[in-house]
Amino acid sequence: MDSLMQQTPAINRLFRFQWEPASHCHVLLYPEGMVRLNESAGAILTHVDGNRTIAQIIDQLKADFPEAGDDLVQDVIDFFTEAHHELHWIDFA
Amino acid sequence: MNCTGSILPDVPNSASEQQHADVPPTPETGQPLWLLAELTYRCPLQCPYCSNPLDFEQRKQELTTEQWISVFEQARRLGAAQLGFSGGEPLLRDDLEELIRAARDLGYYTNLITSGMGLTYERMQAFKEAGLDHIQVSFQASNAEMNNYLSGNQRSFDEKLEVARTVKALGYPMVFNCVIHRENIDQIDKIIELSIELESDYVELATSQYYGWALKNRDHLLPSKAQLVAAEATTNRYREQIKDTHRTKLIFVVPDYYEERPKGCMNGWGNLFLTITPDGTALPCHSARELPIEFPNVADTPVEEIWYRSKGFNHYRGYEWMKEPCRSCDEKEQDFGGCRCQAFALTGDADNADPVCSKSPHRHLITDAQANADKAQPASEPLIYRNRKNSAQLISVQQIEEESV
Repeated sequence: MDSLMQQTPAINRLFRFQWEPASHCHVLLYPEGMVRLNESAGAILTHVDGNRTIAQIIDQLKADFPEAGDDLVQDVIDFFTEAHHELHWIDFA
Repeated sequence: MNCTGSILPDVPNSASEQQHADVPPTPETGQPLWLLAELTYRCPLQCPYCSNPLDFEQRKQELTTEQWISVFEQARRLGAAQLGFSGGEPLLRDDLEELIRAARDLGYYTNLITSGMGLTYERMQAFKEAGLDHIQVSFQASNAEMNNYLSGNQRSFDEKLEVARTVKALGYPMVFNCVIHRENIDQIDKIIELSIELESDYVELATSQYYGWALKNRDHLLPSKAQLVAAEATTNRYREQIKDTHRTKLIFVVPDYYEERPKGCMNGWGNLFLTITPDGTALPCHSARELPIEFPNVADTPVEEIWYRSKGFNHYRGYEWMKEPCRSCDEKEQDFGGCRCQAFALTGDADNADPVCSKSPHRHLITDAQANADKAQPASEPLIYRNRKNSAQLISVQQIEEESV
């Protein structure tokens, strides 16, 4: 898990992450398709810039959502694990 | 817009008061998330399964740059996020760079759907600078001889290979598209190998759908059931073979002729998908022009008006229009009775159930075609290429037939 915390995630070049004003949600756009993201996935991906490590992103999210509690760390780790291995939204630099 | 879930059925303030108790209320209209801009019907290829209307030769008018950009702005405000530049061959529009830039600035994910013919390295670089997100290159087959035969163009294969390599070199995601049919389906292994060699990100192996030119040429195109089963098995074999080494995603689209239930066409009529044809006619799908319905034009009607309130776009929303067997069918909310264009093209009445459905009284039209596809030589007429001469000829024949009725 420690090694995962030091990974630097970047959005796979096949996807584009953005806010959709008409739909009021973050989305991932890819060739001829779109994933509508829930609020927590949107909040996490907002901090993915190819520079920050997962540990740094977690620190930022803790500051953004002080009320989130202890589950936050595990939620973010689970998200990146799935987003990298299964969904291929995320590459590790 | 209808008020779904209303607990006040007696208040006569919405369309729901006119609804009959035997069908569910019309669902709220979705956003037009997908905008398909058919920039032109001009095309250097003559593919016999083209989805353009048969009478494209009579429809030469094209929207101006400003009109297209206005459409992009309007649709974006309604929620459109995906924009496909299609045709015909969209590269034949000299203002394509400008249209891409405008679309990208508005926040669209921009897709160029092209044959690749005439696409130079410089132009692809200019598209990249304008913000183009993705290029889909269509192939007709895995080798020059078959590719050029099917496209009616002698140079097309080599040009496509060059374009596909450049797409990757410039860092675009690449979608390799090949329409699969009777004449090339037995080479699907070679087609997949080519797509992997070209490092495609997505591979669409889409069996042809029978509208427009493809319906005219159906006997040449519809594979037999045995061919289809073999092709799917081959695709699965390659999926397994590359799963640990490549991210290439193989997408095999089965022809609905071999299904028992129709497809939920376009995710519902006027619910997700908005096509604008070269002359500005707005359609709920790219085949709908063949229907005997009047559709609005963006040149004189705002896109919002078209999407939410035009007669054409509301025509098949909800379930009120349905006849039996759809009306009482418990699957109507999944498949919406199938495809209106297919119902019209095959049965002559767009309100009928899609004959692909095994409950349709016209199902024999599909099973007859299946049986015909099992013959060694199913086609008795020559293949008709999609070109201007044939378009003009088909229309004059149609007019003569109409006059003689």
